Parts: sequence; C-alpha cells; structure tokens
Amino acid sequence: MEILLVNDLWVKYFTLSGVVSAVSGVSFKLRRGEMLAIVGESGSGKSTLGLALLNMVPKPGRIIRGEVVFNGVDILKLDPREIRKIRGSRISVVFQDPFTTLDPLRRIVDQFEEFLIEHGVEKVKVRTIVREYLEAVGLSERIMYSYPHQLSGGQKQRVSIAMAIALNPEVIIADEPTTALDVVVQKQIMDLIDSIKEKYKSSIILITHDLALALERADTIMVMYGGYVMEYAEKSELFSNMRHPYTRALFEALPRVLQRDLPRSLPGYPPDLRNPPPGCIFHPRCEFAVEKCKRELPPLIEVSRNHFVSCHRVGELL
Amino acid sequence: MSRTRRSLRLLLRLIVVFKNIYILSGLIIVLLFVFMAILADIISPYSPVEAVGLPLQPPSRLYLMGTDNLGRDVFSRIIYGSRIMLMIVAIAVAMSGAIGTVLGLISGYLGGLLDRILSFIMDSIYAFPSLVLAIALSVALGPSPINAAIAIAVVYVPTYFRMVRGQVLSIKSETYIEMAKALGIPSTRIVLKHILPHVTRTLMVVFSMNSADAILTEAALSFMGLTVQPPTPDWGFDLYKGRGFVLAGMWWIMLFPGLSITLLAVGFALISEGVSTLISPQKR
Ligand SMILES: Nc1ncnc2c1ncn2[C@@H]1O[C@H](COP(=O)(O)OP(=O)(O)O)[C@@H](O)[C@H]1O
Ligand SMILES: [Mg+2]
Repeated sequence: MEILLVNDLWVKYFTLSGVVSAVSGVSFKLRRGEMLAIVGESGSGKSTLGLALLNMVPKPGRIIRGEVVFNGVDILKLDPREIRKIRGSRISVVFQDPFTTLDPLRRIVDQFEEFLIEHGVEKVKVRTIVREYLEAVGLSERIMYSYPHQLSGGQKQRVSIAMAIALNPEVIIADEPTTALDVVVQKQIMDLIDSIKEKYKSSIILITHDLALALERADTIMVMYGGYVMEYAEKSELFSNMRHPYTRALFEALPRVLQRDLPRSLPGYPPDLRNPPPGCIFHPRCEFAVEKCKRELPPLIEVSRNHFVSCHRVGELL
Repeated sequence: MSRTRRSLRLLLRLIVVFKNIYILSGLIIVLLFVFMAILADIISPYSPVEAVGLPLQPPSRLYLMGTDNLGRDVFSRIIYGSRIMLMIVAIAVAMSGAIGTVLGLISGYLGGLLDRILSFIMDSIYAFPSLVLAIALSVALGPSPINAAIAIAVVYVPTYFRMVRGQVLSIKSETYIEMAKALGIPSTRIVLKHILPHVTRTLMVVFSMNSADAILTEAALSFMGLTVQPPTPDWGFDLYKGRGFVLAGMWWIMLFPGLSITLLAVGFALISEGVSTLISPQKR
C-alpha cells in the first residue's frame, strides 16, 4: 500500500539569469515502511524534489505541474493551513547541515516545545515528549537546556531527528543527513535512522549523493540526473542488474577496498539546467551516446518488473 | 538549576555591557538629562518663564548660566528645556522605529510586489535631505510638539525599514527558517520568534544612532519655531533667540542651549558606538 505517490512532478526556478528546470517529470511511489534512496550528483534536483513533497520550494522556484498524493490527498492542492498541519507531524524533514538547522539564539527545549505546541500537543505533556525523544535518539535530557552552539554536529543532527520523529510521522525525508558529519558519526546517525524505521514503521526518503550508502541502507533506489529520473528499481535488482550508463558510472566511481585499479571517475560536469542539452540530458557525458540520444528524450521504460530505466540504448547494453 | 544559571549568564552579560566605556559614558550623559527632565521641578532654582533678575547678566553664583534678555534664568530654562526635547525625540524615535521595523519585517519576509512598492516609497523618502523634509513636513502639519515628532518620525522610518529589511532577507534564507517552516510553524511566528530576535542587536545600534540624529533635527525645527510657542523653554528656540547677542559678547545665552543639544546627541552616539563594538567583535 502506498503512503506517498508522486506523479509527473515538474519544478522550475525562475531566476534572473534564466529558468532552471530542477525537477522534470519525476514520478515514484513510496510504500509504508519502505526506505527509498534518491541518488545523484549535487545539482541533480534531489533537494528541490524533497522540498516539493512538502510544497515548500523556495522562491523563485515554482511547482509547475504534478501531484503529490499523500494518503489519498494531493497535498499540492491543500491551502496553507492544512499543509502546515502535515509538515513536521505527518511528513517531516531532516536537513543536511545540522550546524545551521537550529535557531542559534534559542535553547533546544524552546524550539522543540514550540513545534509540539504548534501541532496541538497539550502544554503539560510537551516536556515529557521532549525528554522521551531526546532519549530515543541517544541524547541525554540535559542537553535540552543547551544552545545549539554548545552541541556537536552529531548531537545537533540527533536533535533534528528527534524533532522529526516526535509526532510519529508517516514519512521522513532525510536530505543528506550525514554529509556534513565525520565518518564515525555518519554511521551512528544512519544506524539511528535504520532503527527508527524499524521501531516506528515510518517510510523514509533518503536523499544522498552516495550510491554506496544507498546500496547499503535503502530498499529502493531512484537515480536522478539533471532533474530527470535515470533509473528506479529495488535495491537488490538494481545492484545485480544496473542498466543505465549513469548508474554504472556512479557505481564505478565508488572507492573500493578490494580492488587494485583506482575508481573510474565520470568525466565532465553536470548540465547547466538553465540550458539543458537537447535529447537525453545525460548524453554529453555518456560513453554510449548515439545520434538518437542527442535528439530524443528517452522515455522511462520498465525493463523488468518494477525496474525502470530511461535510456535509448537500454536494449543493447546489458 | 537552569534558572540560576540563566540569571548568572544575564548578570555576566550586563557586566560586559557596562564595562564598555562608550556605553557607560553615553548612558551617564543620557541619564543625566533624563533625570534633569524628571526632577526639573525640584532642581531648577527659578521659574523658567518669569523674569527673575536683571536681563543679560553673565553667569554668577546666583545665576549659574546667566540670564537672558528678558531676565530669565538660563540654567532653569536649560533644565526645563530638556523635557520638550526628550519628549519629542522619544515619541519620534519610538514611532519611526516601530513603523520602520514592522514594515521592514513584512516587506522583507513576504517579498514580491508589496516589497517593491514599500521599498520604492522608502527609498524616495530616504533620498530627500532629511532636514529639509522634516522642515517641510513640520510646516505643512503646523507648528506643535506632536507635529514635529511626527515629521521627524516620517523622516527616519526608512532608516529602520532598510536595515530591518536587509537583515530579514539574509536571515530568511538560513536553514533554521526553512526548518521552522518544515516543522509547520506559521509565518507570523517565524517572523516574530525566529527572525526578529536576530535583528534586535543591530536595531539597538540604529536606535541610538538615530536618537542622536533626531535630537539635532528637533533642535533645528525648534530653532525655526516649529515646535513649542514662547515662553515655553526650549533649547533650539533659545539658541535662535540668543544669536543676536553673541556678537555683543553675551555668549552664555547661546552657548548653554547649544552645549546641551550637542552633549545629549553625543551621549546617544556613544551608546550606539559602544553597542556596535559589542556586537561585532572585530571592531574592538
Ligand atoms: N533557490 C534556488 N534558486 C535558483 N536555483 C536553485 C535554487 N535552489 C536550487 N537551484 C538549482 O536547482 C538545481 C537543483 O538543485 P538541488 O535541488 O539543490 O540539487 P541537489 O540537492 O541534487 O544538489 C541546481 O541547478 C540548482 O542550481
Ligand atoms: Mg541537495
């Protein structure tokens, strides 16, 4: 059963220097209890997509088209009051940089309680909930009287996660939750997210540039490039049967311990989304590109059950 | 436990604030005038509006700052004159500060057409030489203390507006604002609880700097007779009346009102300087 259904979503930023097509025709579905990883280099539109799911794309961005159906309701059609009730309580977000996601002038407890009260939790209960969830993410309750600058990056990210799970949301969007942290803390935070998924049965959208992390943790993987979905499949299927040249390039670029040759890095740069190349958006960097790729946008086709690939040459490349 | 720690922290902060020599001296000067205004009835030796001695007496033990051409005690007039000055400046600064801050918050946060219209209006006001505009408004509204306060307030609204709007624009794109939105906090709360507190420090600098400015503008309006009517004691107007006597050697009639205006303005400027060094450590 799907908790979230995204249908042909388009987001553009109308900047002074041109229109940026950040998300182009993305569709996917998220099942209850599923962890979906959205993978791609930076600039592929992952964060924009994450924000669009809460209808919070910042100016000058606009959602041009599409549906985000949450529990049967298209949240892009809700009025501001209704969407506000969903944000943080039924769909919540953990942002990339824990160093800037908390208000530096306010204590943790004040920020946490403000949020709970805003969502209708009774005043007498909030302190207990704050304690409970700080503990659930492995923090001592003492830190609630601290200001953000008194905490480490990992602790701050735990506070963000505590707030993100406190109202037991159905969907948690984690946008590069570990990118700004050091390696040991990264693993701890990912383990915490895994355990939350088990314990609260939440669905998680993990946004990351790291294919290895996605392969390690997610159930389903969606690879994005230049705002388009390149490949979308269950993790095991994707791992054993990578079909898109971009997915393969990402995979080959991963550092590996047991290999003598250096990882192959993908030459070239992500496209300028104000001025995307015609045809397949990946063709300028694709070693398999042919004439057709420069002219025609490849459709997203289902190559095997629940395995979607957007590539003209998918039939030839195995 | 946390409460005592918080009050301790507050105390430490107060000490830091008062250890700042600019703030300390500025505060002493300003408070001196404030007490003068409050306690005028007690400390003033004579009535400020009646002849209490021979005209044009130089400063002496009896008349600390001499007497004016009508035989009134200049010292008493200085003391009572602080009332009208402080009142007009306080009203003007409070009005322009409140209006400028609120409009700056709204304009900066909402953006769009409203922002463009407000910014255009504010820039137009700002582009005028402030003194000329204050005089013109004051003349148009008619001479009275409250009209002078309104005129001064209008002139300084853009100062607050521009500063607050600029800060809101930069704070608005901070991740913690995005986070607050993602947590479902409504916009009014975001503006009041998450943005305004970050503006208050800069606001304090502008506030005191602006008070110094407003004092000089008030003095100019008074000088032109646009605030109170004689014989009410008023520094600016007394300055005006004194100008004919200076060349004849009666310097005291003009010196003391002029000195009071300058000193009060300097007091506010010192506070402003002190606060700005406090909040930007690299300026220390
Ligand atoms: N506020 C913005 N204004 C203009 N362009 C933006 C803005 N935010 C993102 N973009 C552009 O949208 C594209 C996708 O960005 P983003 O969603 O941040 O990608 P990712 O999270 O995958 O790195 C990029 O080309 C980026 O430059
Ligand atoms: Mg991103």
